[in-house]
Amino acid sequence: MNTEETAKPDDFSGSLARLLRMMGPERALLAGVFTAGLGYVALWVTVPLIFGHVTDLIFTGARGPGIDFTAVGTALAWALAAIAGSSGFAWAQGRLTAIVAQRLAFRLRERSADKLNRLPLEYFDRSPRGEVLSRVTNDIDNVSEALQQVLSRVAISLLTLLGVVVMMFWLSPTMALLALVTIPVAIVITRAIAKRAQPHFSTQWATTGKLNGHIEEMYTGHALVKLFGRQREAIATFAEHNEKLYTAAFRAQFVSGITQPAMSFVGNLTYVMVAVVGGLRVASGTMSLGDVQAFIQYVHEFNHPITQLAAMTNIVQSGLASAERVFGLLDAEEQRPEPLRPVPLGTVRGRVTFENVSFRYSPDKPLIEDLSLSVRPGQTVAIVGPTGAGKSTLVNLLMRFYEISEGRITLDGVDIAEAHRSQVRGNIGMVLQDTWLFGGTIAENIAYGVDDVTRERIVEAARATHVDRFVRTLPDGYETVIDEEGSNVSAGEKQLITIARAFLADPAMLVLDEATSSVDTRTEVLLQQAMSSLRQDRTSFVIAHRLSTIRDADVILVMDSGRIVEQGDHHALLAAGGHYARLYAAQFAQPVAA
Amino acid sequence: MTDEPERRGALLRLLRTHLRPYRGAIAIVVLLQLAQTFASLLLPALNADIINNGVVKGDADHILGSGAVMLAVTLVQVVGAAAAIYFAARTAMAVGRDIRASVFARVQTFSVRELGEFGAPSLITRTTNDVQQVQMVTMLALASMVTAPIMGVGGVIMALGQDVPLSALLVVVVPALALAMRLILRGMGPLAGFVQQRIDRVNRLLREQITGIRVVRAFVREDHERERFADANGELMGVALGVGKLMALMLPAIMLVMELSNAAVMWFGGQRVDAGAMPIGALFAFLHYLMQILMSTLMATFMVLQLPRARVSAGRIDEVLSTATSVTVAENAVTDLPRPGHVDVRGAGFRYPGAERPVLHDVDLIARPGQTTAVVGSTGSGKTTLLNLLPRLFDATEGEVRIGEVDVRELAPATLAGSIGFVPQKPYLFSGTIASNLRYGNPAATDEDLWHALDIAQARDFVAALPDGLDAPIGQGGSNVSGGQRQRLAIARALVAKPDIYLFDDSFSALDNSTDAALRAALARELGDATVVIVAQRISTIRDADRIVVLDGGRVVGTGTHSELMDTSDTYREIVLSQDTVGAK
Repeated sequence: MNTEETAKPDDFSGSLARLLRMMGPERALLAGVFTAGLGYVALWVTVPLIFGHVTDLIFTGARGPGIDFTAVGTALAWALAAIAGSSGFAWAQGRLTAIVAQRLAFRLRERSADKLNRLPLEYFDRSPRGEVLSRVTNDIDNVSEALQQVLSRVAISLLTLLGVVVMMFWLSPTMALLALVTIPVAIVITRAIAKRAQPHFSTQWATTGKLNGHIEEMYTGHALVKLFGRQREAIATFAEHNEKLYTAAFRAQFVSGITQPAMSFVGNLTYVMVAVVGGLRVASGTMSLGDVQAFIQYVHEFNHPITQLAAMTNIVQSGLASAERVFGLLDAEEQRPEPLRPVPLGTVRGRVTFENVSFRYSPDKPLIEDLSLSVRPGQTVAIVGPTGAGKSTLVNLLMRFYEISEGRITLDGVDIAEAHRSQVRGNIGMVLQDTWLFGGTIAENIAYGVDDVTRERIVEAARATHVDRFVRTLPDGYETVIDEEGSNVSAGEKQLITIARAFLADPAMLVLDEATSSVDTRTEVLLQQAMSSLRQDRTSFVIAHRLSTIRDADVILVMDSGRIVEQGDHHALLAAGGHYARLYAAQFAQPVAA
Repeated sequence: MTDEPERRGALLRLLRTHLRPYRGAIAIVVLLQLAQTFASLLLPALNADIINNGVVKGDADHILGSGAVMLAVTLVQVVGAAAAIYFAARTAMAVGRDIRASVFARVQTFSVRELGEFGAPSLITRTTNDVQQVQMVTMLALASMVTAPIMGVGGVIMALGQDVPLSALLVVVVPALALAMRLILRGMGPLAGFVQQRIDRVNRLLREQITGIRVVRAFVREDHERERFADANGELMGVALGVGKLMALMLPAIMLVMELSNAAVMWFGGQRVDAGAMPIGALFAFLHYLMQILMSTLMATFMVLQLPRARVSAGRIDEVLSTATSVTVAENAVTDLPRPGHVDVRGAGFRYPGAERPVLHDVDLIARPGQTTAVVGSTGSGKTTLLNLLPRLFDATEGEVRIGEVDVRELAPATLAGSIGFVPQKPYLFSGTIASNLRYGNPAATDEDLWHALDIAQARDFVAALPDGLDAPIGQGGSNVSGGQRQRLAIARALVAKPDIYLFDDSFSALDNSTDAALRAALARELGDATVVIVAQRISTIRDADRIVVLDGGRVVGTGTHSELMDTSDTYREIVLSQDTVGAK
């Protein structure tokens, strides 16, 4: 919320126009909303008039010959008809509005979710996760909330205002002018209050941010606070921020809370004015009592939409700011479209070549430079090198997560850029260092890569990858729900689950990007055995920082600054005495004498 | 523990306890609201007077005079209302502040286990948003819930004052409106909760799609995700539409009841006037009071509309406040340790409630000053859990844990915290500076102490290379330093506190071999008579330990020195062989 407060949207009308355009398909419904609104207001404004007429009948009748109850009855019957009709219209209007607003929100969410699938990975690398997330969640929520409010209230309020003004002028132009004088007064008052409240709101949001930051840190680092016995200090800092928030929130609430009494003061002033002036005019015979009565009713109804509209401006502003951010996401450049006639890949054998491949985000920062490589089906390729050497980039290019800048990559002789991405990726099972699990059960997470899988196969994959063992220590076993912080599953255990996932998917090729970095060495050895059977006859790319795990690879690539600096098997590379030999010596600096 | 059932009476209970200190202010609010409501109730009576005694008699002076009185009453009303808002805002915000403070203080008593059960994100929401909800409802309650009954009752009294028989209409009209609202709100109640659930689900799916984008693409699950999302999105639209349609009924229903009552007043009132039983001005006043009564009924129902959300929030807060820590502090807790630095774990075990297998069972661990004790074992063998039992991050569910010859459950928390220096597996740094982080366990440490600790932790070079040195800023969680640097800073932080016992939970994993070796050499030099317990993956890190405890599946399967274990423990040998690629061959 605080981001909307501070970020001044620069293209309000543009976003508004786009939102309106998005409502295009709902044109018929919108016409219905408008018609029903019009019907509602038109019928509704006649009611005070009829009641005024009844008042006159009673007033004159009571002073003279007695009240004509037939006339009163007829008038009231008309009033009842008008009331029933306007209620019906109001109901229809409300229903149609809800449909329009919800459909629009649905479409906005649908488009954003689709868009996420079409954005290139660079987009996610460049913008902070929280930022993207906030656009697709908070901002869309905010837009749909604003839409609902605006559609249902703004239109009705405007129409009501118009109807009431017309009726007031019709009854008495002089008194209508008197009543209208209060509008600028009301505007000046709300403006003045808003202006005074604004800095308090800003402080309130700023202190809220600070307080929430402290809470977040203290809760995330809770164990540390306990370990160092610093609870008292944590509470003291909290109290300090909490007190500041209290002061700011109290001021903001008070200043903005004044709006309502102020507005009702203005309303009451008008009421008094109309009562006095109307009374004088009735007394002098220039106006009937019924008209004054109707007029008082209109004045009463007149203040209501104004207050509503005043309240709306905030919602509209914040909603439009959010809409702009959502549109910003929807307009982001997408990944290269799939080829018109993609070359079918089918199930590949696993021959991979990189031909003079270069890749860079920005022209001056090459990530992969003129890299060539040829892998025979079934080979295991290990990639080693320092952080930032381009190891992950290399496999990401093979997965077509990024589009290469120069050269080509082929799979079984087919340029992967000419195949459909899903066919390339469908052939490759990938296990990442970043262990992503979704909010579902452990069983569901293992089965993520495949449709319709039996529990037996899940458990089988879990056994092969040593997941089964720890799953049984959990209260709910395979039905344990992985929550966002995955509190009862350790990093290593999460990694094992992602390996089980790849195991179950049973792909033609494998990419293991530091797949066992959080697993202990003994489990890793057991995993290696499981995986070597998995790797059998499968082309595999393995990125590992523990050299012990890749000694039996067919080809070891040593990378540095986006280039392959050495290539060969373990023994050849050791014998060569180059980079690899040095890395190896560093890792096994202290031979263990058994 | 995210969608827990609403707790009965939680909101009332919460407010009752937290409003108590502000009884005075609340009394003032009620008085002020009484005054301002009374003032606004007076206006129609004065208007009736204008009509009865001014208009009907053609007395212009009386009209102007009554007008002046009305103006004065209006002024009283606005001043009263503003003052009421002032005290209401003050009280409501103070209540919010107090509840927030109680929740935060309660969480500070939690052990890692309770924190894990709630989850940090959930606790954050409870301390921030949920308290905000309750605070808002308090504000609303003080601002309008107080006025609604006053206005309603006042309206009835005034209406009776104008004409008693006509007031019989109220008996029909008010319940009719209340009933209509009730029916609509009853339909809405459960729906509102559903909407929030659906929104949460949609947002969760989106969050997952963003964080897991590589996995989704690697497994070609875009269509699957799209379906999942379309499902959730459609469901959200469905319930939101349900709420919208019910909401659409609200305005017409209100309007219908109000205008019908007006018509009824006109009809029956006209007959009273005709019979000479009531002056004509009273008819207007009556219409006005009727509106005010109905408006207050509405206000009350809208308040009720706000309640479910606040009630859910209050339930979630109540849950935190009524959760007692599993790590309780003993009365007359021990503050003096007979033998500082002694660690004795005997037959200890830990089991999550309801789990098929325990995480730890019948584990012994003995560590003495001047010695290094190592714990090794596979992922999930219970090493970290064992270590967590020592500083009471949670308590053993069987057996006993003694520090300095005292059962940890008998120890004062400060004494326990002061005697243990813990370096966790995933070190967490607080936002601030390097110095503020290093001083976390020992605020009195001098810069020299800090540099000395950094020296031992092999962190001097990189800290010295930073432009601001010790005052270099650290982002939340330590996001702006690398994993290895974070580990070394965490080690230095533990060193600065100078505890009797050091616990290193796989704290050297992100360091390269040469740094690891240098660090261990420095530790051996500096921690001469301290007790050191190390959990490690790399055998090279712990092979010189005085005692090595081998864990497998939560049980101790071997204890001894490296060479003893090489002879006696199969598990240990397997671990060694899995790493030892040069020496073993």
